[in-house]
Amino acid sequence: MIQLTEVRKYFGEKRALGPVSFEIEPGGAVGFLGLNGAGKTTLLRILATDLHPSAGEVEIGGVSVAANPHEVRKRIGYLPETPPLYRDMAVGEYLKFVGQIKGLSLDSVDERIREVEEYTQLTPVHDEFTQNLSHGYRQRVGIAQAIIHKPELLILDEPTKGLDPVQVLELRGLIMRLKEEHTILVSSHVLTEISQTCDQVFVLNQGELIASGSEDEISANLTGTYRIILGARMAPDTQAEGLIQFIRKLPDITSVEMVQQDGQLLTLSVESPSDCRGSLSRSLVKSGHDVVRLELGSNELENLFVELLGQKVS
Amino acid sequence: MNGLRVIFQREINAYLRSSVGYVVAATVLMLNGLLFYTQALGPEAEARVSGQVLAIFFYTASGLTVIASLVLSVRLIAEERQLGTQVLLNTSPVRDWEIVVGKFLAALLFITGITLTTLYMPLMILVNGKVSITQILVGYSGLVLLGAAVLAIGVFATSLTRSQLVATAVGAGITAVMFLFWPLSTVVDPPMSRVLSALALHGRHFSGFQQGLLHTRDVFYYLAVTYFFLLLATKVLEAKRWE
Repeated sequence: MIQLTEVRKYFGEKRALGPVSFEIEPGGAVGFLGLNGAGKTTLLRILATDLHPSAGEVEIGGVSVAANPHEVRKRIGYLPETPPLYRDMAVGEYLKFVGQIKGLSLDSVDERIREVEEYTQLTPVHDEFTQNLSHGYRQRVGIAQAIIHKPELLILDEPTKGLDPVQVLELRGLIMRLKEEHTILVSSHVLTEISQTCDQVFVLNQGELIASGSEDEISANLTGTYRIILGARMAPDTQAEGLIQFIRKLPDITSVEMVQQDGQLLTLSVESPSDCRGSLSRSLVKSGHDVVRLELGSNELENLFVELLGQKVS
Repeated sequence: MNGLRVIFQREINAYLRSSVGYVVAATVLMLNGLLFYTQALGPEAEARVSGQVLAIFFYTASGLTVIASLVLSVRLIAEERQLGTQVLLNTSPVRDWEIVVGKFLAALLFITGITLTTLYMPLMILVNGKVSITQILVGYSGLVLLGAAVLAIGVFATSLTRSQLVATAVGAGITAVMFLFWPLSTVVDPPMSRVLSALALHGRHFSGFQQGLLHTRDVFYYLAVTYFFLLLATKVLEAKRWE
C-alpha cells in the first residue's frame, strides 16, 4: 500500500525527517508516535502529497507520488492538525465543494454527503456554518471531508487534539469503524490513542524511525523477551511453588513470576525469548492443569516509548 | 477542468458573501460617479467634444479598476494559507494551474461586473453627445484587459505569502513600477525609452482603448502580462511544496 525508500526532508539547512524507509500493507490502522517536532506531521504531509520530499521515493498503491501526484491524490483522504474548513460555508455546502473537487460527479455527490453525514453524525448540523461549530464537530467535518470520495488511504494528523474526553472516545470509535473500510495512518503523541486504535506503531524521534511493529513486537525487540500472562487453575494437590518450578523447567522459559494467587487459581508472568504460548499450554494441560488465560502482555506503551527515547538519547 | 469550475464557483460565492466585495463595488461606483462629475463633466466640459469626455471617463475609471483589482486579488491565495485551507486544495486531485486560473477567473468576473455598473455614465454621453457604441465597447474592453493584468499581478503577489498585507505591498509595488515605466520612457533615450514604453501597464497601451481605438498590439500586451503573472503564480504554488 505504502512504500517509502530513503525519504528525507529538509527545511532550509534543518533536517526535519529522514532517512526513513518502511512499507505498510493495506488494511488496518498504523500509528505514528513521537514527541512534538519528531517529524510526524512532515511525514504525513509528504504522504498526503502536500510536501515534496527533499530526497527519496514514495509510492502509494504502486503509484509514485513524484511521478503522478494527481493519481495518488484520488486515493488519499487527509485530515491535517487543523481541519481545513471555509468559515463562510455551511457543512453541507462545504462537503459538496470538497466532494466535487475530489472528483465526485454532481449526480452522486448529494447522496454521498447524506451517507457521510450519517456516518460521522453530522446530519443535525448540515446547514450550520462551520465557523459556528464546536471543536468536536469541526473535527468530524474534517474527517467527513477526508472520506467523502471513499479513499483507500486515510491520513489523520493528531485527530483528537484539543477534544474533551467524551469527544475523544466518540472520535476513537469513529476511527475504529473507519478501519474496516480504509487503511488509516494516525499520528499522535498521546500514547493511549495509538495503543487503542492502531495495529502497528511507528515511533519517530528527531526525524528518524526508531522502532516499528505491533506494540508486542516493539516490546519483544526492545527487551529481547516476550512476556506472557498466564492464568492457570492448578491440578488438585499441587502447590503454587511446584507449578512455578514446573514451568521454569520447560524449554525456552527464562523466568516465571507470581502475579496473583486466588486459591487454586494463579496468575503468572512468564518470560521467553519466543512466543511459546502453544507449547506452554500443551505442557500445562498434559500435566493436569487448566489454562484459563494465556496472552502476550506487553510493557505499557508509555514505558516502551520512554525506554526507546532513552536508548536513543544515550 | 472540473477542479477549475468548482474553485471558480466557490470564489464567486465567497465574493458575493463577503462584505469586502460589496464595499469595493460601492466605493468604485461612488468614486467613478464623483470623478465623472468633477473631471469629465467639470468646468471645462463645454469646451470638450463628447469623445474627449468619454476618454476622460475611461482614464479615471482605469485608475479605479487597477485599485479594485488589487484589493480583490490579494486575498485569493494568502487567505487560503491563513485559514489553513490551502492544504485541502494541495491534497485534492486538482492541478496548481486550475487553482490559480479558477480563482483568477472568479475575480475577473467580479471586477467586470463592478466595472459594468458604471455603464450608465458612457450611456449618458452616448445619448447627449456624439460617440459610438463601438467606442464604449472598446473602452470597456480596455478596462477589463487592464483589470485582468492587475488581477494576475495580484494573484502572483498573493501566491508568495500568507500575509494579505505583504501581498498587497508586493502587488502594489509591481503595479506601480509597471505604471512608472511610461513617464520614465519619456525622459530616457532610445532604445531604453522604447523598451519602457512597450512594457508600461498604462500610457501607450491604454491610450488607444481610451480613445476608442482597438490595437491588437495592446490586446496582446495585456493578455501576455496576464499569462505571464498567472504562470508565475502557478510556479510559485508548485515551488511551495518543495520549500
